[in-house]
Amino acid sequence: MSAAGFDPGAGVRSPLRPLARILRAREAGENPDLIEAEQRRRRHEATRDKARSRAQFRLMLLAFTFVAGFIAIGGRMAIIAASIAEEPVAEATGNPIINQRADITDRNGRILATNFDTHALYAQPRQMVNPERAATELARIFPELDQGRLLRDFTGGRTFLWIRRQISPEQMQAVHDIGDPGLLFGPREMRLYPNGPVAAHILGGYGYGREGVNSAEVIGTAGVERFFDTRLRDPAEGGEPLALSIDLTVQATMEEVLDGGMVVMNARGAAGILMDVQTGEIVAMASLPDFDPNNRPAPLTTGDAADSPLFNRAMQGVYELGSVFKIFAAAQALDLGLVNPETMIETRGPLTWGRFRITDSHAMPNQMTVADVIAESSNVGAARIAQMIGPVRQRAFLTALGLTEAVPLQMVEAPTGAPIVQSNWSDLTTLTVGFGHGISVSPLHLAAAYASLVNGGTRVVPTLLRQDRPLAGERVVSAETSAQVRMMLRRVVTDGTASFANIGAYAIGGKTGTAEKPGRGGYQANRNLATFASVFPAEAPRYVLIVTLDEPVETSGPQPRRTAGWTAVPVATEVIRRVAPLLGLRPTGTD
Amino acid sequence: MRGLAYLLAGASFLGLGFWAYQENYATQASLRELRDLNRQIGAAHARINMLEAEWAYLNRPDRLRDLVNLNYQRLMLVPLMPESFAAMDAIPDRPEDYVPLLDATQVSSDMAPRDAEDPL
Repeated sequence: MSAAGFDPGAGVRSPLRPLARILRAREAGENPDLIEAEQRRRRHEATRDKARSRAQFRLMLLAFTFVAGFIAIGGRMAIIAASIAEEPVAEATGNPIINQRADITDRNGRILATNFDTHALYAQPRQMVNPERAATELARIFPELDQGRLLRDFTGGRTFLWIRRQISPEQMQAVHDIGDPGLLFGPREMRLYPNGPVAAHILGGYGYGREGVNSAEVIGTAGVERFFDTRLRDPAEGGEPLALSIDLTVQATMEEVLDGGMVVMNARGAAGILMDVQTGEIVAMASLPDFDPNNRPAPLTTGDAADSPLFNRAMQGVYELGSVFKIFAAAQALDLGLVNPETMIETRGPLTWGRFRITDSHAMPNQMTVADVIAESSNVGAARIAQMIGPVRQRAFLTALGLTEAVPLQMVEAPTGAPIVQSNWSDLTTLTVGFGHGISVSPLHLAAAYASLVNGGTRVVPTLLRQDRPLAGERVVSAETSAQVRMMLRRVVTDGTASFANIGAYAIGGKTGTAEKPGRGGYQANRNLATFASVFPAEAPRYVLIVTLDEPVETSGPQPRRTAGWTAVPVATEVIRRVAPLLGLRPTGTD
Repeated sequence: MRGLAYLLAGASFLGLGFWAYQENYATQASLRELRDLNRQIGAAHARINMLEAEWAYLNRPDRLRDLVNLNYQRLMLVPLMPESFAAMDAIPDRPEDYVPLLDATQVSSDMAPRDAEDPL
């Protein structure tokens, strides 16, 4: 700033025409306007300089702000990039430790399957101090391990190997005592079935999925464990137990009685199903021989799968169940109005159809009422009733009862229990199906169909989950037909083939069925499948019980007896005597 | 007047800053406590789960059945059968020599003659 002799910042505004200088200029004969012009120029320059310095200051301020902003953002970025990512924890999480897999309980909340914390043992041979000693000691703790093989694994090039999937606390302590840093433990959850083989077929089994050092997935491998695998592992369920329709006490009792009955009747196997006729809840379902789901055996690789204890006879075993089917023909004929329970049916045998002869096991009168055909179990009579119905209607009726397709039960094996029906449902098929041949269904199908017939006539779909209210199934037969069916089933017990079930305590109704098992070269008279399909209490049924014995022989008499009336009926009756009090059914009389 | 406004604003700024600071630390403390409680709850859950599993295992039907059979001499327990039910009128009337139990530690056999067979 070249303000010689003039200070614009002095605060005193110098006038445009300073009188002293004007006077002096006038005296010197100069133009005073020049002075004014100079003064104007100076003033102007001063203003310009001020504006420039202000602009400079503003620019500096702006630059500083930007630099500061960039430094702030850049610094924050650097901090974020250099620190460990962590979600801000600002709220409480819910239940902190939910089991990896939900429990399974029975209908009363008793535990059928739960989890148990245990440890897996693994080795990192690189970190081992003394592989020889570790191998020797491990082989001593776990006798099933091979010392030589362990040593090879430990001294070879392996860096990691699993030794045992699960070890007990005592074994863990023993391994700790070896003191080798190369032997390590990983936490594991294992599935525990505290009741052992009770309800084994229903529960199925478990295995490990993806496996890591710190945890392993527990996955279901069979039964409801597999069917509900996603539900049991879903964190959104919050570990809520899965309540089945099974009653543990009833299930255990039924298995006990069936086991005893199997021994007494020299049977190869036994199956039992107890089902609520209104809701379709399966209260108990047993198949013997059974297994321990804690230690599920490997499936058979050769031979008949039905010989394996894993085979669920109650659901997977499809058999020609024989005479228990006669009630379906009778019920349909009643419902269609073709007959009433007192209608006389021609029962003179044999009934020939082409080269096929239908006969009865023992002599029957030439004519019997429909109720007597059921009570005495006449093949010829049942075939004649089926003949009246005809193939189309018969097939439609059995389909309505659910007997022609697999039961949609909540078990992964359910589709394997699909019935076997004739592809060509001929007139002859109609006759044989009338008395339970030419169609193979499982005892579970039978339970559902009987429940549908006796509960007032509405379709029942079996379920393994606890239900709160009865199912509103579609109508299969009328309520009157249902009442007549109940009456006829009761007649079988009071006057017919199931006389062993005629106990005073409970009014049982039911139908026997003795089917010869097919083998090489036709049916085998000495290898039977004895079934008793029963309902109780007979007048207003609440439960249906199916008991099936595989190849039973009752040897107390001079002749071996193989019919259901001598084998399955006494066993089923004992099941009812034991189970009905547990279900809270009051006896109607005394024995 | 203006100075007072500045003073108030500055004071409230300081006050709020102090409050936020306190809240921040209170939150951190709560979260720490929550984590601790969650850990305790988790441990309790694991323990309950273990006990429930053990209870179920000890009450498994096979074991109870074996225990009943082993102790039949003393307990005489039999399965619940239809015969176990009785009608109301089958219950006997109150005996004449009925002694009301006044003391909780009293048992009905206290008054019985000593030579009666010891039920235990």
